Amino acid sequence: MRHINSDTIIEVVSKRVSEINFKIDDNILSCFKTAKVDSPEKDFLNILIENSDIANKKQIALCQDTGIVIVFAKVGVEVKLDKSLEESINIAVKKGYLENYLRKSVVVDPINRVNTEDNTPAIVHVELVDGDGFELQIMSKGGGSENASALWMLDPADGEQGIVDKVVARIKEKGMNCCPPLILGIGIGGDMEKSAMLAKKALFRKIGERSSVQRYSLLEQRILEEVNSLGIGVGGFGGKLTAMDVFIEIAPCHIASMPVALNVGCHSSRHCVVKL
Amino acid sequence: MKELKLPLTNEDISSLTLGEFVYLSGTIYSARDNTHQRIIEILEREGNLLSLGFSLSSIYYMGPTPARAGVVCGSAGPTTSSRMDKFTPLLLEKGLKVMIGKGKRSEEVKNSIRANHAIYFSTIGGAGAYLADRIKKMECVAFSELGPEAIYRLEVEKFPVVVSYK
Repeated sequence: MRHINSDTIIEVVSKRVSEINFKIDDNILSCFKTAKVDSPEKDFLNILIENSDIANKKQIALCQDTGIVIVFAKVGVEVKLDKSLEESINIAVKKGYLENYLRKSVVVDPINRVNTEDNTPAIVHVELVDGDGFELQIMSKGGGSENASALWMLDPADGEQGIVDKVVARIKEKGMNCCPPLILGIGIGGDMEKSAMLAKKALFRKIGERSSVQRYSLLEQRILEEVNSLGIGVGGFGGKLTAMDVFIEIAPCHIASMPVALNVGCHSSRHCVVKL
Repeated sequence: MKELKLPLTNEDISSLTLGEFVYLSGTIYSARDNTHQRIIEILEREGNLLSLGFSLSSIYYMGPTPARAGVVCGSAGPTTSSRMDKFTPLLLEKGLKVMIGKGKRSEEVKNSIRANHAIYFSTIGGAGAYLADRIKKMECVAFSELGPEAIYRLEVEKFPVVVSYK
C-alpha cells in the first residue's frame, strides 16, 4: 500500500485552488492572442488579456465569482489515506479561499441562502482505479456559466441533428450571460447523471484537442461552427468568437435513451490537475 | 470615447445610442440577488427606500471578492443581470436610472426601462481584476451581514460600459 498523508493533499490542493484564480490558463491565453477577429471584438479580447495580467500582478482574482470547487478524483486501490478525501479537500478549500481573499460563494441551503462563509463544501467525485496512482482534476466553477448549462433526455431517433439543435438553441438563449468566449462540454450517453458528469469532465480538455472518435470529432467541429455563427462574440458584444472549443465525451446508454448534457465553461475556465 | 458623470440626466441618456462604448465616472451602488430581495421587502413594508439613507439611482450587479490590505477592492466584475429582472420594474418606478451588469434582460424590464427613461449598460463579464482597477473608493453602506451581497458604495473612474437597452 502507498500512504498519502492528508496534510500533503491539503497543502497542494489549497495552493492550486487559489493559483488558478489569479492567472488564466496558458492554453486559453494563447487562444485569446491568436484569435482571428476584428476590432472591437479584438479590443475586448485585449481587455481579457490585460485582466489576466492585472490579476496576476496585483493578486486580485480574475473574476469576482471565484466559484464552487469541483473535484474529480482518481484514487488507486493500493492507496491508503489517513482521512476521508472529501474532508481533506474541504479543509484545503477553506484554507485556500480564506487565506487568498477569494469570494465565499456557497450557501448552506438552496432556499434559505445562508452563506457557509468558507466556500465549502466542494463537490467531490471519486473513482477507484487500479494501481497506486492519485490524481485530482480540480475546477473553480462560476454560477453564471453553470446556470447556462442544461440536460436533455432525447429520443434515440433525435440523432445528431437533435443534439446540435438543443445545444445551439441553448447558447443562442443564454450564451451572452455566461462570459463568452465559451468552452462547451457535452456529455452524450450513460444515464442522466453520467451524461452531466461527462459534460463537466470534458471541460478539462485542451483547446483544439479533438475527440478520438471521428464521428464526435466532426460533431464537435460542426457545433463549434454553428455556435460561432450566432454572432454573440467576446463578452456578448457581437462577433465571431462565441466559443473557443466544443468537447464531446460519450458513454454507452440504454436502448431507449439518449441523454445529452451541456456544461458551459466561461473564458476564465479555472482548472488544474494535481498528481501525487 | 465619450465619458459621462453619474448620476445620469435624461439628456445624458437621450444622447447615447445602442451599442455605444462609454466611460462612466461617479457613484454607483453594488446590489445582487439577496440584496434585491431585501430592498423589495423594505419597499413593501415602508413604501419607499428613505431608511437606506442614500439614493439607489445607479446599481451595479456585482458581488466582489474580499479586498486585500492596502487595496481598494477585490475582483469586481458584473454578474448576470437577468436574475434581477423580477425586481427591476418596481425599482425603476422608484427612481432607479442606471443599471450595469451582463447579459440580456426580459421584455418586461426592457419596456420598463423605456417607460421610465432609464438605461441598462453591459460591462465585460469575467474581467473582475481589470474593472476593480477602475474603482477608486469602496464602502459598505447596507446589509453588511450579506458579505459579498452587501450594498457597497463605489466611486468609479472611467468605468467601461456598452449601452445595451434604453
